[in-house]
Amino acid sequence: MSVAVLPYTVKPHPVTGVYSGKLGTWLFLASEVMLFGALFSAYVLLRVGAPASGPAAWPSHDATELSWKIGGFNTLVLIISSVTMVMAWASLKLNNLSKARMYLGLTVGLALVFIMVKLLLEYIPKFQAHHTPSHSNFFGLYFTLTGLHALHILGGVFVITYFIFPGSSLWKKDPEYYTNRIECTGLYWHFVDLVWIFLFPVLYLL
Amino acid sequence: MSGGHHDHHHDHAHHPELSFWRKYLFSVDHKTIGIQYALTALVFLFLGFCLMMMMRWQLAYPGKVMPVIGNLFGEGNMPGGVMLPEFYNALGAMHGTIMVFLGVVPMLVGGFGNYVMPLQIGAPDMSFPKINMASYWAFFVGGVVMLISFFVPGGAANSGWTSYAPLSVLATRGQTFWLLGMVFLITSSLLGSVNFIVTIIQLRAKGLDFFRLPFFVWAQFVTAFLLLLAFPPLEGAAVLQLMDRLAGTSFFMPEGLVVSGVPQAYAGGGSPLLWQHLFWFLAHPEVYVLILPAMGIVAEVIANNTRKPLWGYRPMVYSLIFLGFMSFIVWAHHMFMTGMGTKISAFFATTTMIISIPSVIILTALVISLYRGCIRFNVPMLFALAFLPMFAIGGLTGLPLGLPASDIHLHDTYYVIGHFHYVVAPGTIFAIFAGIYHWYPKVTGRTLNSALGKIHFFLSFVFINVVFMPMFFQGMAGVSRRLYDQTMYAHGDAVQSLTRMSSWGAWMLGLSQLPFILNFFMSLAAGRKVNQNPWEATTLEWAAPSPPPHGNFATVPVVYRGPYEYSVPGTQKDFFPQHLATEA
Amino acid sequence: MTRKFLLGTTVAIVVLGVLFVEAAPAWAQAVAPKTSVKVDGEYGPFMPPDVSVHGHKVDQLINLLHWFMGILFVGWGIFFVYCLIRFRQRPGHKASCELIKAKPSKYAEICVAIFEAVILLGFSIPIWASVKNDIPPPTDNPVRIRVVAEQFAWNFHYPGADGKFGRVDPKLIDTATNPLGLDRTKDGADDIFSLEMHIPVGRPVICEISSKDVIHSFFLPVMRVKQDAIPGMRIPVWFQAAKTGTYEVACAQLCGNNHYSMRALMYIQEPAAFEKWLAEKSKPAEEFQD
Repeated sequence: MSVAVLPYTVKPHPVTGVYSGKLGTWLFLASEVMLFGALFSAYVLLRVGAPASGPAAWPSHDATELSWKIGGFNTLVLIISSVTMVMAWASLKLNNLSKARMYLGLTVGLALVFIMVKLLLEYIPKFQAHHTPSHSNFFGLYFTLTGLHALHILGGVFVITYFIFPGSSLWKKDPEYYTNRIECTGLYWHFVDLVWIFLFPVLYLL
Repeated sequence: MSGGHHDHHHDHAHHPELSFWRKYLFSVDHKTIGIQYALTALVFLFLGFCLMMMMRWQLAYPGKVMPVIGNLFGEGNMPGGVMLPEFYNALGAMHGTIMVFLGVVPMLVGGFGNYVMPLQIGAPDMSFPKINMASYWAFFVGGVVMLISFFVPGGAANSGWTSYAPLSVLATRGQTFWLLGMVFLITSSLLGSVNFIVTIIQLRAKGLDFFRLPFFVWAQFVTAFLLLLAFPPLEGAAVLQLMDRLAGTSFFMPEGLVVSGVPQAYAGGGSPLLWQHLFWFLAHPEVYVLILPAMGIVAEVIANNTRKPLWGYRPMVYSLIFLGFMSFIVWAHHMFMTGMGTKISAFFATTTMIISIPSVIILTALVISLYRGCIRFNVPMLFALAFLPMFAIGGLTGLPLGLPASDIHLHDTYYVIGHFHYVVAPGTIFAIFAGIYHWYPKVTGRTLNSALGKIHFFLSFVFINVVFMPMFFQGMAGVSRRLYDQTMYAHGDAVQSLTRMSSWGAWMLGLSQLPFILNFFMSLAAGRKVNQNPWEATTLEWAAPSPPPHGNFATVPVVYRGPYEYSVPGTQKDFFPQHLATEA
Repeated sequence: MTRKFLLGTTVAIVVLGVLFVEAAPAWAQAVAPKTSVKVDGEYGPFMPPDVSVHGHKVDQLINLLHWFMGILFVGWGIFFVYCLIRFRQRPGHKASCELIKAKPSKYAEICVAIFEAVILLGFSIPIWASVKNDIPPPTDNPVRIRVVAEQFAWNFHYPGADGKFGRVDPKLIDTATNPLGLDRTKDGADDIFSLEMHIPVGRPVICEISSKDVIHSFFLPVMRVKQDAIPGMRIPVWFQAAKTGTYEVACAQLCGNNHYSMRALMYIQEPAAFEKWLAEKSKPAEEFQD
């Protein structure tokens, strides 16, 4: 089934005003909101229900040893990566593939910085200090929430890398289609960034 | 519309000949994928049914050696041919899981939805054919993972399909496989639901406004939203339970647990109720996923076989939408006995009462659609008609369960089992049969044998009631669910004859499926060949050849009228297809 | 060919049905009672005996609902069957496309909604409120029992003559002699641990339900009482026996492999006999009491 036979894959639908991939991406993001929403709800329920004292009590800020500076730095890294993602799409709209690939590469690079900071400056020291997921529900949630988020970042890295290298051949065949795919990837990327913008205050500040 | 190819595997105009793998296994054609889903789902339905038939032996003759096949299940499950309680519980948990997640939903949505919906909207395929293929294979892998769990040490998951914590967290390895399998199944579902929604919104043929859509498409549309938004919390919960099981977290584990005298090494602070909330937040909309497409199928078959439009099409559509929305705010009616207070229980009881209204509207509209019709009693219609009173019984018996005060006595008894089985078994499964008999000619170009179909229907109808009607009485007597041996209690022992009746009914029901299985395979080779519209129907799928070729329609259809223009005054025939500009 | 098949099928069903009904009693095997203690009451395919003071309200609601369900089903079913017969396809009969107003169905729907509102506001909500809020105050002299569920037994913990429950500590648990981990010093010295539930007739009983391991559910069919036993929570239920007798306690939530055998006995006694039992049990525990 060639793409050209399916209508509105590239050109927007006259009534909805979007091409199918964009609508699909928004729907997928709605489901992701439900996923992270459920986990945030779990956080609320567990925090409110935690006993006042004992090993299962909710740790104080200092006890968590979470550095808002590291978290804040990572937040900045992700926000900039969202900007580079938009720049990539804008470059494609201005017909500049090589600039777009550069911006995509920057996005990937920033994402990897995020992951490395997380891994080296947070996860590994935590495990060394015995602040493992089983230590308390705070850490259980911390690792589950940030771990799931990190998996989403890695998924995005995988997709963007694909579009930088083998996927970029689509530009020659159908540049508008390629641009649309980058736009959808960008939507996903902004969402992943947005989840972090909620995670950071909830875990590091509250 | 005539022409098009009879054999959908050749499409010389557009594509080179595809390899066996690309054509049959890794196809991106929605019809092939639909058939893959349907066949896989039928196998799982059969398997789930077999699990239940085994359980019913233990229930009817507790502790007795199972005849003929008792020694085939190994010393770990059935030493000496007598079922162990752990195996009974595993059969129970997997029966529910397989039927709901591997059988009914893949059949209704993956099978019927995938095959019929794009045809009914006049589309050449789904919006995202490759994602469609991916969703089938994710389902397949999930199913394999679930089946493998029977063979791991400790056996399959045995904490109920509901997997309540802490029992499920403490359970044997099979539970981990269950959770992993669910992750694949949920992924499959999410991919599919995005595809369905985008396809219905973007790829409708010209002239096919939303209120000209067949009710089946509306049902699939609302169902897709339910799947999209309700499944992720269960995915989140599954991740949390995997963490509890594998990483020793305490999301669902309170402090101070002592199991068999051994204090458990959890940090504690978790909540078993958190699992229940997250689980039921999905699982309640899930039951509407089980019934909505079934109603869609029944609506199509009834409209076609009464030769008149559906009565109350618009109220039915609005009811569908309202039902979908309401289904998200009733979930805790499964949790009335967890220590729930007055305000929260009043809220959920009220929403549960309210949600019964759109269901009643849809059911009543379907019955009124029979009034002043010209009813043809072919096999699909027999199943569709039987659906109506059976679903009514299922729905009505939900009433005492949905009110906390009456639920006190009936919660977690056989009354519940009777209630939901009436809705799913003579409800949804009958609708599935109606759909198979109705659309088999479109998929294969041949009809199923009508005489065998009628035998299948009458036997199934009788025996399915023999299985489930006694359960309401057992529930009122106080017999709890998931009991390996009901005779341990005086009130259970006193109704053991009903248990045996259900068991014999179940085995006879199993035998009653033989005419169908025979018919299904025989008719593939020797069924009566038919033209593209043997039921003289109006919806767009009957405008394509039987079976439709790759791309479905030789020319893109245009729609001129609503979906059920039967017996229109002034026309020569008693049906006026949607795609014909004038009566030819 | 179709007619013969249908005839044959109908005959087959009738024959099988008759066989079924005839054979069912024959399969009734004489079942040896599971315990030596016989329980009171008549049981069968109907509600169990109601020996409680307040349980009749639950029964009333269940009855009312089933009358309502029955009326709806029969009324609706008559219309359904009428349509099937009257509007079946036959020579000379055509479908009619006249607009059907179906006012009766709109009125029926409104009646259904009103009935549901009445049931909710007039019955279920008040009953549930009573279940949750009308916990007998201390002035009613209720019997207090802590019911602790575990895999696979019901443990009953009474506070003893001082009316105070002793401390429990998981470290003190001994599966054979002290499954609850009762601290036998101070308030716990006179506490009673039993695997049987004893209650007096005529006095309200408050049971605080909890669990040691997984979720169970405390079900007293003859009292119309059911409450999930959730680890980490202690949830009260209350009831009052109206007559003496021996009845069963069941588990109503899948709790593992022996969920089916998690049965305990409830002895409803005359007040004097109950006090005697309490006095006997409330001695320093030297050996395993049951």
